[in-house]
Amino acid sequence: MLYIFCPHCGSRSQNEFAYGGDATVKRPELNKEISDQDWDNFVYLRKSPRGKHLELWHHISGCRQWIKVERDTSTHEIFKTYKADELIE
Amino acid sequence: MSQEFRLDNIGMVNRNKKISFTFNGKKYFGYEGDTIASALIANGVHLVGRSFKYHRPRGFFGVGVDEPYAILQLERNNERDPNIRATEQEIFEGLEVKSVNCWPSVNFDIGAINNFLKMFFPAGFYYKTFMWPPSFWYKIYEPFIRMAAGFGEASIKHDKERYEHKYEYCDLLITGSGPSGLASAYAAAKNGARVILAEDKPRYGGSLLTSDVNIGNQTGVEWSEKIITELKSMSNVIVKNRSQVFGYYDHNMLVMSERISDHLPKTQKYLPKQRLWYIRAKEVLISSGSIERPLVFGNNDTPGVMLSSAAKEYMKVYGVLVGKKPLIFTNNDSGYETAIEFKKNGVNPLILDTRKEPSSDIITEAKNLGIDIKFSYVVVAAKGYKKVKSADIAKISENKKDLSNIGNIECDCICVSGFWTPSIHLASQSGNKSEFNEKIDAFIPKKSKQKENTIGSANGKFTLEETINEAFDKGYEVSNKITENNNKVSIPTVVEKKSTEHDKFWCVPLPKGKSYKRFLDFQNDVAVTDIELALREGFRSIEHVKRYTTLGMATDQGKTSNLNGLQLVSDIENKVVPQVGHTTFRPPYTPVSIGAIVGREVGKHSKPTRKSPMHEWHEKNNAVFVDAGVWLRPRYYKQGNETLFEASKREAKNVRKNVGVCDVTTLGKIDVKGPDAAEFLNRVYTNAWLKLPVGKARYGVMLREDGIVMDDGTTTRISENHYHMTTTTAQAANVLSHLEYYLQLVWPELNVNVVSTTEQWAGAAIAGPNSRALLMKLFPNTDVSNEGLPFMGYKEADLFGIPAKIYRISFSGELAYEVNVESDFGNFMWEKIIEVGKEFQIQPYGTEALSTLRIEMGHVAGSELDGRTIPHDASLEGLVSKKKDFIGKRSLSRSAFTKPDREKIVGVVPLDKTTSIPEGSYIVKDPKAKLPNPKLGHVSASCWSVEYDNPFSLAIIKDGKNMIGQKLFAMSPLKNKTIPVEIVSSHYVDPEGKRVRA
Repeated sequence: MLYIFCPHCGSRSQNEFAYGGDATVKRPELNKEISDQDWDNFVYLRKSPRGKHLELWHHISGCRQWIKVERDTSTHEIFKTYKADELIE
Repeated sequence: MSQEFRLDNIGMVNRNKKISFTFNGKKYFGYEGDTIASALIANGVHLVGRSFKYHRPRGFFGVGVDEPYAILQLERNNERDPNIRATEQEIFEGLEVKSVNCWPSVNFDIGAINNFLKMFFPAGFYYKTFMWPPSFWYKIYEPFIRMAAGFGEASIKHDKERYEHKYEYCDLLITGSGPSGLASAYAAAKNGARVILAEDKPRYGGSLLTSDVNIGNQTGVEWSEKIITELKSMSNVIVKNRSQVFGYYDHNMLVMSERISDHLPKTQKYLPKQRLWYIRAKEVLISSGSIERPLVFGNNDTPGVMLSSAAKEYMKVYGVLVGKKPLIFTNNDSGYETAIEFKKNGVNPLILDTRKEPSSDIITEAKNLGIDIKFSYVVVAAKGYKKVKSADIAKISENKKDLSNIGNIECDCICVSGFWTPSIHLASQSGNKSEFNEKIDAFIPKKSKQKENTIGSANGKFTLEETINEAFDKGYEVSNKITENNNKVSIPTVVEKKSTEHDKFWCVPLPKGKSYKRFLDFQNDVAVTDIELALREGFRSIEHVKRYTTLGMATDQGKTSNLNGLQLVSDIENKVVPQVGHTTFRPPYTPVSIGAIVGREVGKHSKPTRKSPMHEWHEKNNAVFVDAGVWLRPRYYKQGNETLFEASKREAKNVRKNVGVCDVTTLGKIDVKGPDAAEFLNRVYTNAWLKLPVGKARYGVMLREDGIVMDDGTTTRISENHYHMTTTTAQAANVLSHLEYYLQLVWPELNVNVVSTTEQWAGAAIAGPNSRALLMKLFPNTDVSNEGLPFMGYKEADLFGIPAKIYRISFSGELAYEVNVESDFGNFMWEKIIEVGKEFQIQPYGTEALSTLRIEMGHVAGSELDGRTIPHDASLEGLVSKKKDFIGKRSLSRSAFTKPDREKIVGVVPLDKTTSIPEGSYIVKDPKAKLPNPKLGHVSASCWSVEYDNPFSLAIIKDGKNMIGQKLFAMSPLKNKTIPVEIVSSHYVDPEGKRVRA
């Protein structure tokens, strides 16, 4: 079971969180023309990298904040966690 | 009464407390502290089971977790427990155990015929023997194999024992209380670290309990007692015995199973049977020790052949002799310790040492004690069927290939030692890639993967001095990283007899003309010939050899067999062991009770049960409940001998005719607050929200980004910046997460907050033509007229002194209101509604009537919004704004969603007006068409229309709009029904919606 550092609450066990997928996906802006292809990419296509992955977790049984977690998908090493609005270099 | 094999002056069992138990129906006794194994051996019993495949007699091989043979079935307090290891289970008064895998008895076992049919059971026999003729599989082979497979019989009764889970955090978890575990725990605890020390056996000390050593001028036993007593007294230390750390998971999470009551006749009050510990440790020291490695020779599975360390432990810990004419067969010095222990207890052993001319302190001591030793000698084969009677021994040539001077000597046990295998399982589970150490011919952990270090013999350190020094250093080092106390304790001096190298020899060759079975895996009956066959048949990868032969796949996970198997493969393949590699270790290290893994989350406790504040009233009024997610909701209120069908019809009719009240507390409720709340709702819902006035409600549909309907419900504008959103019962949690996602990540610029208020409000839906009259009596000071509180209106009012909220919304399609009060007043509200409603013929109605009412109205619910439908399919396209953008809008223009014959909801009525259509039925044009019959769609919900008194269903079918009026068929292959039907509008009752606006 992973041990995830929530930037709001501290280190908590994985079972307090829900997984939210790739954190680098940006929703297309509202009211903007977008091609079928680009929309499909946004809705359906996700990379599944082996190694470093920036992903969303929702601290569902804690502060209910969505956070970003930089995790290695093969070793489960967590490098850093960010608040939802934190700038990531 | 004395026991023939019990020694008087040695051992740690409590001689003052006799304990009687039965084995296969016969009564025996032992002492407090005995295991089943030690007590049976004391009584001279060695035959305890039959082997898995050949049903060969089985005795005891080890003394702990490594035991491959002695697996028994236990009865305790009227509960059955299969697969108990006799070497671990302590005896208690009244214990009943019996042998498994034998019939009719362990002494006379019919299955032993397999032993003579071995040619039919080669490696992978299940892929070969039972292939032809194919028709034999179901009728003959499979039933036969099922009967023969597995040990023991699991109980099918509900387990009434209690199991618990516990979460714990510590600086340092130490797995095993042998010399390295004790020393490191002591060093770390003295340095201020929070330590958990886990020991799987009842007694602490590990190898110190049986070895003849001296630490700090004390015997090993005295020293371990002193350390453990001090550790127990420290507040920063948790010491646990009978506790096995069996799994090493991610981020230093380890799981330990603590056997609290298994050694007692009955679980004590307020205590669980077992407790599962989830331990998050900052650092882990693996001090799990090592397991003695067997030597492979003919019939080496005969009862009486056992590990030499086990024989020693039976003597020193339990005061039990495993035999009176012992033969010690060894390739290293460990066998000598056992021999010396025999000699000290008045028994003359014979040592066969595979080495040519070894010399060490302990060999000298053995010689001085007058023990017979034969160097360059091996056991060729054990003789005897149910117990060792003698052994064929022989001199072995220097190249270890040829045997000479074969002779037979009498013996009643053969104690084998093939050196030691470090228990690297936990390190391996943590991700540590092990490396082969040529010096000890075994794998040891390599580079730490997680925050783990392996110490002592688990790390291949086989001298006590090395172990103690390493453990004290590591204990200090890892604790100091955490505490920075710099408090170092001094390391005691260690006295141990010097030993010498082991012989790189494990498998005795067969003498000419003999075909003895030489076993590698004792539990799965895997012999040398099986491995040879697998390699001949082309299996190369050790992982494949393992699966083909089942080597190391038994419940002992090859604790005693893996290395000998690897050695054999590398010998045949002319490779070195590291090239062959070893198979992967996976948790659990030892079998764990399913009960312990499940813990308290059994049956009804597997999820929380949520009850509305009116639950007690429902119970008192004969409600029959149904699970709605985690909620319990009244399905119907039973009157007399009514059936579900009769009751729900009565309740629904009463709503259409008079007035009914339904508990709608379970609906999800979310408070949406903030200056941008309207804009947010406008983006979340498909319809327009910017112009909703205060005091008005609106029905809304929300989509996922892929265009599929996620949920629906009404949202009411309570004040300028405050909205009250309702969701369906099932989607409440998902909708909240969905809203939080968009607010926190996608549109953080919106100034809005959301919070769940589901449990804060109790809700009652009052529906039916009399509902307004009832409301006027409930709220005499509030204008609830059609003008004062129009359809989709909202008002705050006073309910006999209690603040209430009235929403004029309707799910039933009747004139209806929903009244909310704070949860604590829920029951008060409900009782008032019933009391005041009497004169209007009010009746409570349950979810079944609720469904009937909504189905005949054509209102969609979960069975239509099933994760596959877009607004159009549910006839909700009128709610999809063309002007503004919202979540999922772009997806709705994808080609599959805009096809002209896209599915749409319709009503379905059987032509005979009497046959109910099973939910899930297919709608087809021609019931006799060739299969697969092209289906137009499916029936999503069915009811008995109380308005028209005939069955009515909703269906989602292709080109539904144009199908209205057509005569089709509903087919349910499951119920074997074909029903001619007519397609009608889904709005079966009051299609203009006059009633809700009345």
